[in-house]
Amino acid sequence: MNSQATDAPRPTGRAPHFDVAIVGAGPAGLAAAAAASDSGARVAVVDAAEQPGGQYWRHRSEAAGVPEGGEYHHGWKQYLALRARFDSGIAAGRITYLPSTSVWMARPVAGAVSGAAGASGAAGASGAAGAGAGSPGPLASHPAFALELTPAHGGGPSPVPSIRAAALVLATGGYDRQLPVPGWQLPGVMAAGGIQAFVKQNGMLPGSRFVIAGTGPFLLPVAANITQAGGSVAAVLESASLMGWLPRAHRAAGVPAKGIEGAGYVAAFIKNRIPYRIRTVITEILGTEHVTGVRTARVRSTGETIPGSEREITGIDGVGLGWGFTPQLELPVQLGVSTRVDVDGSLVGIVDETGLSTVPGLYLAGEITGVGGAPLSVLEGEIAGRSAASSVLGAQGAVTASERRILARNRGFAEAMHLAHPVPAGWADRLTPETTVCRCEEVSFGELGHAHTELAADDLRTEKGLTRAGMGWCQGRVCGFAVSCLSAGAGAVGAEAVPSAESAAHSLSQSAKRPVAQPLPLSALRDLQD
Amino acid sequence: MSAQPIDPAQGEVRATFEGEPISCSPGASVAAALIATGKRGWRETKSGATRGLFCGIGVCFDCLVEIDGESGQRSCMIPLREGMDVRQAKGPGGTGEEPRGDARGQELGNALGDAVSDARDEEAGE
Repeated sequence: MNSQATDAPRPTGRAPHFDVAIVGAGPAGLAAAAAASDSGARVAVVDAAEQPGGQYWRHRSEAAGVPEGGEYHHGWKQYLALRARFDSGIAAGRITYLPSTSVWMARPVAGAVSGAAGASGAAGASGAAGAGAGSPGPLASHPAFALELTPAHGGGPSPVPSIRAAALVLATGGYDRQLPVPGWQLPGVMAAGGIQAFVKQNGMLPGSRFVIAGTGPFLLPVAANITQAGGSVAAVLESASLMGWLPRAHRAAGVPAKGIEGAGYVAAFIKNRIPYRIRTVITEILGTEHVTGVRTARVRSTGETIPGSEREITGIDGVGLGWGFTPQLELPVQLGVSTRVDVDGSLVGIVDETGLSTVPGLYLAGEITGVGGAPLSVLEGEIAGRSAASSVLGAQGAVTASERRILARNRGFAEAMHLAHPVPAGWADRLTPETTVCRCEEVSFGELGHAHTELAADDLRTEKGLTRAGMGWCQGRVCGFAVSCLSAGAGAVGAEAVPSAESAAHSLSQSAKRPVAQPLPLSALRDLQD
Repeated sequence: MSAQPIDPAQGEVRATFEGEPISCSPGASVAAALIATGKRGWRETKSGATRGLFCGIGVCFDCLVEIDGESGQRSCMIPLREGMDVRQAKGPGGTGEEPRGDARGQELGNALGDAVSDARDEEAGE
């Protein structure tokens, strides 16, 4: 694979140069790669996993020859179709695939503002010095972006330490958004998506009997996957009332596939006798060495727990938690894209209908433009990949009326989903002073509260400086949302569940600003060119 | 939605954790091997608490282990390979007795990253 990258480097520099670089090989990244390759562009695809699929289509090891029938997956046929296009792009030498590789830094390089990219009408140059790129050549040979690479795991340097591309598509996806709960640091407590990923990758379960809690339709396939893999689910606890769907039912009806998928879960829940409780939350996770049970309570829409509704579920060895998703925005923020806070409280990148961000030549696709699920991500990837290739090759890459219609329907559905499954009010009132909020640095709710009330820490950055929250290994990826809410005084009964969009945007963009996007060996810094 | 039993191991990959045997089916992760061996937690935090898998996809770093002498490895991300020497991660960065002695320290990387970022901002301002 790597030989492809070094066989025919463009004469513009030491690092191999491509028309389009794509980061991520999940639904959006795979579709972008297939579309850009089909458009005739020379494409590089960088992905941290060992094989394509992302989290949604994470599957058994191809390298180990383990057969995968797609039993745990939705849209598996769509994956196989995308994968066939991807593989034929590799076979034709148009796609250079760099698996097990992380991008630790993305930056604009000289020559960024030129030709089609500059003429695209996007506001705000990326800050790159435009002049001095040497002799002008064909547009395709203008590198606009540099991606610094490191192996996703293990030691040593990356076989290809750096690549350049004229256009860049970021499809970095997201991960489960978390809120702290007393006891959530106990082994056996996992992100809901982590349980699903574990099953898909390993064909086994990380426990035997689970409680799944949080909000959103995503909790359903997680529970279904657990029973499919031979485990049991003691309960699925949904904090929302689901009444939020009623005024928006027409938007759900606009995406019939979602209804069919939902009906499948209802059937699976009935068959496996999985209790699905609405307006219910975990108030405490129990156990000493590992999780053994949970305390639950019903909540009012205003956030208070309902007296007398408390219960205990014991005899479990796994808990899955998820409150929607956190888009992975390090690279877009590094490159200076304009961001906004979406209706679900997530910081996302602003794009036009072709996926073009506010940085010329930089396209975003999938969850980082707004969490909306795999089918929407595939479509966005297809459009962004095609548009990126067109911008470099000087061809037309218009969005069709049909694509526009499907985009609108899926975005409408996503918005209805977010509004029907909000982060619940009152979550902070269920924390104790000892509750761990930042898992890496083991910063407690009490310490954060002290910094907030006594030392006037009212944003994430100040909390970070005073308490070390978000300064550990994960760099605030897990606690960032919660700390951002808490520092803005949100999350308590009677307060907003999440901060106002304006203060959230400020606080979250500080959190997403990570100069080093992934852990890296120091040798990577030593070898940095330019 | 038919029940899908755990598929029969096609052979077995054998390695060790703290010298004790662990194993799993080919292609499964180091974390899967630890869980298959009955472990739920395997990293010790600076407060002495035990941690295991949390995010399961390489984001949270709760499941760190040392593999063949290389510290700070995410066990959820790495397939178990025959003969791997897996060790428990202890201390602040999960990097054993010498938390700052390893080149992959994220904090050290961050400090340098800030410097790189500052230099880049200056370049951009030219």
